[in-house]
Amino acid sequence: MIGEHLPALQVVVPLVAAPLIVLLRSAPLAWLLAVGVSWASLVIAVALLLQVQSGGVISYAIGSWPPPWGIEYRVDALNAYVLVLVGLVASVVAPYARSSVAAELPRERHYLFYCMYMLCLAGLLGIAITGDAFNLFVFLEISSLSTYVLIALGRNRRALLAAYQYLIMGTIGATFYVIGIGLLYLMTGTLNLADMASRLREVHELRPVLAALAFITVGVSLKLALFPLHFWLPNAYACAPSPVTAFLAATATKVSVYVLLRFYFSVFGAAFVFERLPMRGLVLTLSVLAAVTASFVAVFQQDLKRMFAYSSVAQIGYITLGIALVNENGLAGAVVHLFNHGVTKAALFLLVGGIALRTGQVTFERVAGLGRRMPLTSLGIVIAGLSLIGTPGTAGFISKWYLVLGALDRGEWWLAALIVASSLIAVAYVWRFVEAAYLREPAPGVAGSGEAPDGMLVPAWLMVAACVYFGLDTSYSLGGARAAVAVLLGGAP
Amino acid sequence: MNFAGHYSYWITVFLMIAGLYVVIARGNLIKKLIGLGIFQTSVYLLYIAPGKLIGGTAPIIASGFGTYSNPLPHVLILTAIVVGVATLALGLAIVVRIHEAYGSIEEDEILDRDLTGQEGR
Repeated sequence: MIGEHLPALQVVVPLVAAPLIVLLRSAPLAWLLAVGVSWASLVIAVALLLQVQSGGVISYAIGSWPPPWGIEYRVDALNAYVLVLVGLVASVVAPYARSSVAAELPRERHYLFYCMYMLCLAGLLGIAITGDAFNLFVFLEISSLSTYVLIALGRNRRALLAAYQYLIMGTIGATFYVIGIGLLYLMTGTLNLADMASRLREVHELRPVLAALAFITVGVSLKLALFPLHFWLPNAYACAPSPVTAFLAATATKVSVYVLLRFYFSVFGAAFVFERLPMRGLVLTLSVLAAVTASFVAVFQQDLKRMFAYSSVAQIGYITLGIALVNENGLAGAVVHLFNHGVTKAALFLLVGGIALRTGQVTFERVAGLGRRMPLTSLGIVIAGLSLIGTPGTAGFISKWYLVLGALDRGEWWLAALIVASSLIAVAYVWRFVEAAYLREPAPGVAGSGEAPDGMLVPAWLMVAACVYFGLDTSYSLGGARAAVAVLLGGAP
Repeated sequence: MNFAGHYSYWITVFLMIAGLYVVIARGNLIKKLIGLGIFQTSVYLLYIAPGKLIGGTAPIIASGFGTYSNPLPHVLILTAIVVGVATLALGLAIVVRIHEAYGSIEEDEILDRDLTGQEGR
């Protein structure tokens, strides 16, 4: 009974929770509701993934209007995978948010934080689940608008500027996406993605389709912070409250990557995008530049949050690099890196949030000698850092391994060498933390008051454990990714 | 190419580029938002103009109604207008907060004050 309505519930539950929280107003109740709803969305996402694995693609007609006229929610192996990632990160960040928000925000604004958090979650889940191009735009804006508010909640006044910059860039990106959709709608007369894909095969006037592809690529790349469109990201991540940074870094850019995958492989078709057009060279070049330059820039940052933000830009480069490989191993690497990097970055930003709570700022001077003051936090960052580098035994290794395999399958050994080389730059910035935390004496006057509260440490360590677990047992992460790649390479969904 | 026949597209593209130019070229945070508004509005035209057929009517299945105008773009753009209004409202709200914190809405002055650590009003 309720099982057949799971696709709608996935979005409706957090969407309804947001106004409820505004009505409740009390901070503890709002937090309880947010945690409950996040856990519920994880349960629904896992149930959907299991349904897809056993019964194939789920098509759900919203309001019983049959597609392609009504809005269709369409769940296949790819977006079920993304839904699980978003649900998982949300369920870990929500319990963490309590202590962190209590310390960072004035008490009368707590319920607003949870309201925006629920809206952002609903938007991200909606982007991933919908099968309608315009509905996707609406969810994109729901998640973006709530993200701007969440970033502006940061304590420093720079957070306001970061939110404003992101608002301008994000709106331009979303508008580019709508222009692309408009052109596609003019050519095909449909907004349903699956229907659009089949009708595009019969379109012979190519120029508007090419323009649409260009607009959608640029628009979505702005949202996913593909080099060189990443300038909003470091400021936004560095200034936002800690739980927001962890949530965004692990989910928002990943969901945008999903949109790109969906349009390239399911709507336009891989043959059109990568064989008839020089898109492959373009995406490949930008990805490699992102991986190398952003890693370099990360090495020279003075602030931990900003350093890991630049590292995010680099890691997104790896994901798009896997997309540009357009073969089974490369794509599996890209999709599994969505998950692995999401888990790794969530762990890192959650732990850094704990340091921010205790020391105020997270500059390298402040974290000097951290290994003695906050041993568990420091150890966690080192383990998650190893996963960021791609050390065997951690989640990051699995994705890099498949990216390298994908590059070798194409006979591009230089690309494999570049992947390994840029990982070595990651060693440099992770080492900077190790050096500061374990080998330097703490600066006088920054007497720490011990570990972060358990409410923050436990969720963060859950993510650290996930970094190791998904490096040792890949049956879930890689298995899901392989099923997703089968959908992508199998043509239309 | 029929230049005059495509005049609605020319207006659309002009507004689109003008809006985007204002966003990039202006340092005043409010003016940037105005540019963003023009940019978004141009997209409304892009959707609505092709939906109208000269002589077309609402899609009613009855005798005497032969050519229909497509009503769907209007509905889509109604949604997009709501999104645009929300974006503009939020943008302006953030600018108000920026003005409270920095005492300026000029981008270069704000960046200056960030570097020197100077307080706003």
